[in-house]
Amino acid sequence: MEETKEIIVQPVNKEKVRQLVRVAIILGIVTGLEFLVAFTLHSGPLKTSIFVAMTIIKAFYIVGEFMHLRHEVKMLIWSILLPMMFVVWLLITLIYEGGSILQVR
Amino acid sequence: MKASYGKLMMWIFLVSDAFTFSALLITYGLIRYSHPAFEGAVREFTFSTEYWPVPEKVFAAIPFFHGLNAPLVFVGLMTFILILSSVTMVLAVEAGHRMDRKNVEKWMLWTIVGGLAFLGCQAWEWTHFIIGTGEATMAKRFADGAWQSFEVLGANLSINQYGPPDFAALFFFITGFHGTHVFSGVLLNFLIFHNATTGVYDRRGHYEMVEKVGLYWHFVDLVWVFVFTFFYLV
Repeated sequence: MEETKEIIVQPVNKEKVRQLVRVAIILGIVTGLEFLVAFTLHSGPLKTSIFVAMTIIKAFYIVGEFMHLRHEVKMLIWSILLPMMFVVWLLITLIYEGGSILQVR
Repeated sequence: MKASYGKLMMWIFLVSDAFTFSALLITYGLIRYSHPAFEGAVREFTFSTEYWPVPEKVFAAIPFFHGLNAPLVFVGLMTFILILSSVTMVLAVEAGHRMDRKNVEKWMLWTIVGGLAFLGCQAWEWTHFIIGTGEATMAKRFADGAWQSFEVLGANLSINQYGPPDFAALFFFITGFHGTHVFSGVLLNFLIFHNATTGVYDRRGHYEMVEKVGLYWHFVDLVWVFVFTFFYLV
């Protein structure tokens, strides 16, 4: 294949890079906080819900900003989020089911 | 949907892949809660096949410091490596938008380095997990018409020193399946790096392949975020 067109390199989009670095720093801080919680709180429903909340925050930033989903059309966002909501429901029911299995064992 | 065909297909693949990983993590949740949890202070925890182990007691070693108790430090390092490689990937995508071949090459190379570093860490962690450390755990088995006690050190798919047999089985399956994804991600990243270097995308007129593989790489990072929480922290 031969060169078909001139390649024009655009300058760095500083605003965009700053935004990406900001997201990276948030992810780093949340992970750091997870460590703090892991060694300061006693295990229980509170600790577990804090971890789940922090995981959702991290997932939001990775999927929304890094994977750019937040800036896609609504249709695409919902066709990805809706199936995942059913998965969360399955997770909750089967963890509950696990507790019941323990009781009858 | 205004997204290109290729990117849309990548999203559909990622959703289906998310189902597979969800299935593994849901299985983990079910099996974990169907085993008794360790009752008592974390300080007094000892390995036993009778109850589910406390993860920070299992994953408490780092390379070159034998005997040092450093709970979750190594796995935390792995998390940072993967997040950083995700950042370099997104910078490669940004450079691709600008047709900036030099920077695409630079950031893709850093992403590959991050992926390989993660795989190296995982290889060490698996080796450590399989060989085992410290004192052996006593387990029971039924043989010759009677229950007999025997020592277990390390782990395999049928028995392990850390907890119930399912614990190690799930460790191997979940981190192994994720590791396989990282490995194929590194291969794809290398392919993209090679194509960028040889000018394929310059001739094509756009760097959309970087974006598509970028989506996959971020997904692998995302899965690790969930594995980290549900396997190592909770």
